[in-house]
Amino acid sequence: MKEHLLSMHDLTADDITRVLDTAESFREVGTRVIKKVPALRGRTVVNFFLENSTRTRISFELAAKRLSADVINFTASGSSVAKGESLKDTALTLQAMGADAIVIRHSSSGSPLQLTEWVDAHVLNAGDGTHEHPTQGLLDLYTMREKLGRLEGLRVAIVGDILHSRVARSLSIGLVKMGADVTFVGPPTLIPPDATSWGVQVDYDLDGVVPKLDVCYMLRVQKERQRLEFFPSVREYARLFGLSRERAAQLPEGALVMHPGPMNRGVEIASDVADLPHAVIEDQVTNGIATRMALLYLMLGGGGEEGS
Amino acid sequence: MSAKVMEPDDVRRALTRIAHEILERDKGVDDVVLVGIADRGDELAARLAREIHRIEGPEVPVGVLDITFYRDDIGLRAEAPEVHETRIPFDVSGKVVVLVDDVLFTGRTIRSAMDALTDLGRPRKIQLAVLVDRGHRELPIRADYVGKNVPTSRADDVRVLIEEVDGEDAVVVEGAR
Repeated sequence: MKEHLLSMHDLTADDITRVLDTAESFREVGTRVIKKVPALRGRTVVNFFLENSTRTRISFELAAKRLSADVINFTASGSSVAKGESLKDTALTLQAMGADAIVIRHSSSGSPLQLTEWVDAHVLNAGDGTHEHPTQGLLDLYTMREKLGRLEGLRVAIVGDILHSRVARSLSIGLVKMGADVTFVGPPTLIPPDATSWGVQVDYDLDGVVPKLDVCYMLRVQKERQRLEFFPSVREYARLFGLSRERAAQLPEGALVMHPGPMNRGVEIASDVADLPHAVIEDQVTNGIATRMALLYLMLGGGGEEGS
Repeated sequence: MSAKVMEPDDVRRALTRIAHEILERDKGVDDVVLVGIADRGDELAARLAREIHRIEGPEVPVGVLDITFYRDDIGLRAEAPEVHETRIPFDVSGKVVVLVDDVLFTGRTIRSAMDALTDLGRPRKIQLAVLVDRGHRELPIRADYVGKNVPTSRADDVRVLIEEVDGEDAVVVEGAR
């Protein structure tokens, strides 16, 4: 494992398998009465979230707590950042307080990388701008492997705003590494122009793609990143690229519906589709804790002198 | 240089004797469960359960415990120790839990195992069965059932081979002498 997790590119296929296998063991911990193990006792994990987040922050917090690490939550509002302290000074402060790992969410792409130049702690990217969200990608890979038994050869469509989606980027990199067959589907304005060089296919017709899928992965329409008008109206988007009940019925038997959350019910996914049994959106959340436990454990559990 | 200190027959006899000892000490196996420490210990636990079944008939529940998260050397090694599976499909509360491991050395694994076990419930008793006790304890821990006491030097490497994993039963001491 690398020292930091900034991008899915930091992981080899073997690393990914190791993370998923380790997460498997942590899943079991989550089913116990006492959902806690002492593996990272005495380590300090700082959740440094400069952009709104519910599930990722809580998931990282639970993951660290279940490993018995001490967790500090640090958000922009109500902190020195609100007083105008720079990212660098804030990072150096966290460093001086002895953080062993910093989990960062930031609206600027590349800020986790920048952070690694200032601190000695392990840095985990929890979403940076429109760049990457590798822990989300890993928990999605875990969920697909858990439900379908494999990743190699899986036919996965990632549907929606690929251009602004850090989830799509991390997930597609991971899927391609693991030998899955990935198709991006969305309005042409929201597909990166160089997408085919990522090792994926591109399609603009969701109806043609759906009957051939093992996984239909719906992305959230990110209203906060729509600075320009990329599509005429939300209604038109929902009609062309939303997973309606009729479209979901065209999915092959056993295919999964996934969504990274938070969902816009009625936009990218119809409300009753989100509640279907093969929509594994809550499993993604549960698996997120185990996957993040595995990452924290693998990154913080080593690092000493060789030999026991 | 290496020396085989137990042959397949020795391993079989030792496990048969331990199975008898468990039956005798615990007066039957009504509340007894076997928990093997991954890896190797789980195979030995399964083997002991079969022996107990052969001798007196009852089926003893068998679980496997991974102690990785409870180790006291996490962070002291370069790489995080590899994680195995924990699978204990029964409640350990109120039970006599016989921990099963291949080699008893410093005792640190057993300490971790006891911590792990008490996080899963409150056993009435915890006992320890090992195939080999090689000495050099660093903690006040002793085994209730021992297959063979093997005097070793601290630098020796004691390896237990199990038919299910390694293709044959044997205990080998690889010496640094």
